[in-house]
Amino acid sequence: MSAILLAEQVLNGLQSGMMLFLTAAGLTLIFGVMGLINLAHGSLYMVGAFAAAAVAAYTGSFLLALAASIAAAAAAGALVEVLVIRRLYARDHLDQVLATFALILIFSEGTRWIYGSFPLFLNIPPYLSGPITLPGGIQYPLYRLTIIGVGLAVALGLYGLITHTKLGIRIRAGENDREMISALGVDIGKLYTIIFALGAALAGLAGALVGAIQSVQVGMGEPVLILAFVVIVIGGIGSIKGALVGALLVGLTDTLGPLFLPCLFGLFLEPASAATIGASLASMLIYILMAAILVWRPSGLYGVRA
Amino acid sequence: MKLRYLAIVPAMAAFALPAMAQSDNGPVRVGMITTLSGGGAGLGIDVRDGFLLAVKQAGNANLELVIEDDQRKPDIAVQLADRMIQSDNVDVLTGIIWSNLAMAVVPSAVAQGKFYLSPNAGPSALAGRGCNANYFNVAWQNDNLHEAAGAYSNDAGYQNTFIMAPNYPAGIDALTGFKRFYQGELSGELLTKLGQTDYASEIAQIRASGADSVFFFLPGGMGISFLKQYADSGIDLPVVGPAFSFDQGILQAVGAAALGVINTSQWNKDLENAANAAFVESFQAEYGRLPSLYASQGFDTANLLLSAMDVAPVSDMDAFQAALKAADFDSVRGDFAFASNNHPIQNIYVREVVQEGDIFTNRLIGVAMENRSNAYVEACNLP
Amino acid sequence: MKRETMINAALLLAMIAVPLWAYYAGKPFTITLATKVAILALAGVGLNIALGIGGLVSFGHAAFFGLGGYTMGILASHAQSYSPLFNWPFLFEGSQNMLMIWGVTILVSALAGLIIGLLALRTSGVYFIMLSLAFGQMLYYFAISWPAYGGEDGLSIYVRNGFPGLNTLDPIQFFAICFALLLLALFFTHRLMNSPFGLALNAARQSPLRAATVGVGVFRLRLVALIISAIITGLAGALYADLNRFISPTMLSWQTSGEIMVFVILGGVGRLMGPLAGAALFIILEQVLGPISEYWHIYLGAMLLLVVLFARGGIIGSLAKRDAAHE
Repeated sequence: MSAILLAEQVLNGLQSGMMLFLTAAGLTLIFGVMGLINLAHGSLYMVGAFAAAAVAAYTGSFLLALAASIAAAAAAGALVEVLVIRRLYARDHLDQVLATFALILIFSEGTRWIYGSFPLFLNIPPYLSGPITLPGGIQYPLYRLTIIGVGLAVALGLYGLITHTKLGIRIRAGENDREMISALGVDIGKLYTIIFALGAALAGLAGALVGAIQSVQVGMGEPVLILAFVVIVIGGIGSIKGALVGALLVGLTDTLGPLFLPCLFGLFLEPASAATIGASLASMLIYILMAAILVWRPSGLYGVRA
Repeated sequence: MKLRYLAIVPAMAAFALPAMAQSDNGPVRVGMITTLSGGGAGLGIDVRDGFLLAVKQAGNANLELVIEDDQRKPDIAVQLADRMIQSDNVDVLTGIIWSNLAMAVVPSAVAQGKFYLSPNAGPSALAGRGCNANYFNVAWQNDNLHEAAGAYSNDAGYQNTFIMAPNYPAGIDALTGFKRFYQGELSGELLTKLGQTDYASEIAQIRASGADSVFFFLPGGMGISFLKQYADSGIDLPVVGPAFSFDQGILQAVGAAALGVINTSQWNKDLENAANAAFVESFQAEYGRLPSLYASQGFDTANLLLSAMDVAPVSDMDAFQAALKAADFDSVRGDFAFASNNHPIQNIYVREVVQEGDIFTNRLIGVAMENRSNAYVEACNLP
Repeated sequence: MKRETMINAALLLAMIAVPLWAYYAGKPFTITLATKVAILALAGVGLNIALGIGGLVSFGHAAFFGLGGYTMGILASHAQSYSPLFNWPFLFEGSQNMLMIWGVTILVSALAGLIIGLLALRTSGVYFIMLSLAFGQMLYYFAISWPAYGGEDGLSIYVRNGFPGLNTLDPIQFFAICFALLLLALFFTHRLMNSPFGLALNAARQSPLRAATVGVGVFRLRLVALIISAIITGLAGALYADLNRFISPTMLSWQTSGEIMVFVILGGVGRLMGPLAGAALFIILEQVLGPISEYWHIYLGAMLLLVVLFARGGIIGSLAKRDAAHE
């Protein structure tokens, strides 16, 4: 295996990790502050992608499409929070699971009702398409590099938001002691709505960015939802840093596993069965990783509480 | 709106094609189990719409149709089949899109003496030893389009091709089918995860492999993702695949990324025959969209059934089998006959993705295989 | 009589009356639906032991459900094709006898419950939820890519397995078998809830620390509860495979875990008959709403939402308002 191929694969792992981070960051924030398991997070990802595809088709502008994805997902998030989610904070996890499972059904079929059963078109804008040559002669798609950049920017932005702004202080306070900050006069209801909308907006942005290189269709959020849960559990629930590390770990494992495992098995098995067994094991790999990490550290890498 | 019972009222027959003599062989109850909700609903809707169009045009009041949604879940499909057989007393089942659902429903349905007409899935298990006199596939045996892709790759002079498919039985069959006819070298062979959406890793391996062409089988959303990412990667190796990733329903979502891609299919909208011209025109008039491969298969399935209904009553199982096997109908794909294992013998064409105005679609550029039957005829003990 | 007891009795009575009516009215499909309710309720009863009594939110019960199904499929397919499953240490040709299949299913599910429990019970809360999900997903992907038993295509068993003295192909007789197993499991759960083991488990759910302080071995208690839960859900999986005469990786998917959990929560967590009420309502909704609209999932979602928001404690909980499930 050449060094160029390996470098390219590491970049691919980083890129898919960054996308996962965008989805997982909102999920972990919502869980950390409100203690809410939100299965419908993947639906907000889907809402973002569909809004972007619709706006891109209408205006032809990718930037407007991205803006629309953020706005639509944030609006959907805020609406759902006000109508449904805020009644669930005081409930146990089971009620939250059932209610947000119901929301998935409503979102998925509602989207299909509005947009039809066929996948929508959303493409990379011309100024971001095609590959560029990196030092070392690696040909790499510019759009994927852009995604890595956006992911880094969001990570930095979130870090700044949480450590340096008033909202960030309230978020951290909310994670530590809900009763106390409402006793101090913070409008906790409004704070929760804002956090939920923020998480939704990040998921919507991820949906739109990914939608441009994948397919925009109903149900696209569910595999991402499961992966995002894997990420926040590996990283430790409530920890943005954990979500970043977890996302990169999962992204790299998922990209490099299918590459190395068949080679590894090829050392002592015939090629055909090595390919089959390697591919089977590769698809189980992130779950094996998660199980191993949790058995080793029962509350994730950066988790503080179970 | 969901059509549960669609009994064609006699009044409608007045609008049907004139002077069509219909012998009255009594009613035939048909149960259609297909995917109408969730991911993949587009395929089921196309099959259903194609089928309904043919039924409407024939105006045969004897055909009673029950349509149900299987949600793409095998257990739901089995339960629907049980219900249709036990309480709706259907004579004929049809509609299933996916091989795994067909494997769940077909063996027990035909064992209970029902007919099954497959408008799409053609798993090898039902073509070889598991073939049955009551099971007819109106689309293709699963390997067919992949075999044709292999044959085309030879014709195109590819020597070193890179092949990939998802790691599940239909994916492995696809690679086997391709290799059955392809004679060059393989620069790489990959099994990807089912439902995978990011192909960056695979594309990097293609780039590093030194291949001169790529063959892939990635149905549905997987194919859309791969094509968009492949087009953006800057690799300009020619791509060949079966028609499933280049179907009318999803081409619009792939967009320009699919332009010029070669794919193999037993049907295309510009195939020149009278039945096809009429079908394409009436389908557009009825539903306001271009028909897809799946719609053509649904349309042919209904016409095959209607042709048999004119010849024999469904209660006479042997006669009805013979009537179906005769395939005496005008298929929109041109010449059509059944091999001894009740799978089609048909031409498989080569298509190229082109843009017509705002619409992405396919155009016929040649024939990959003439009168192709399938690899499992010998294993089937039907006469 | 307590209100919940009356509701429970009414539910069981309906489960007997409806299939009998269908039998005399000549509606075999209604019997098949009732059988499905009984089997899914059985899977829920299994989960309810871990979830309701033990407080172990397992999002991976599809693993046991699917293992039960695959046990049935593998044994029956070998018996059907006369190819021995293994020759050593003794010749085993598979089996098409339900009793034999159930025996093996119990062993397999218990073993899976033990292994998953030993690893997953080291964690708690959401981490446990996700770890149980992880094991389910591992089995799911394994089943998809393992070609020997059909992979994603699944495996058809053409004839339903036999039960000594009964004709299992007759819908009403197969229903009787499933319903009898459900009754047995319900009776067992009832006894378990009131046994020292059940009380200790309940105590460990409410406060693991306090339970540990008074000398309860919380880890072992939970492990045993998870194994019992796995066995019951595994049996349900074997029956479900027999109902459909078909197995596929779908049985192992996280959506299946979610659905079993929905039955339990819908009916009422920790309530004896909760899973039965939940499964029955789910199937009825599916049958009633399905024909109304292609987009019936929207209505299903809305109904579920209403139940969670306004009918706390599930159906049984809100019908039997005064007596709480746990206290």
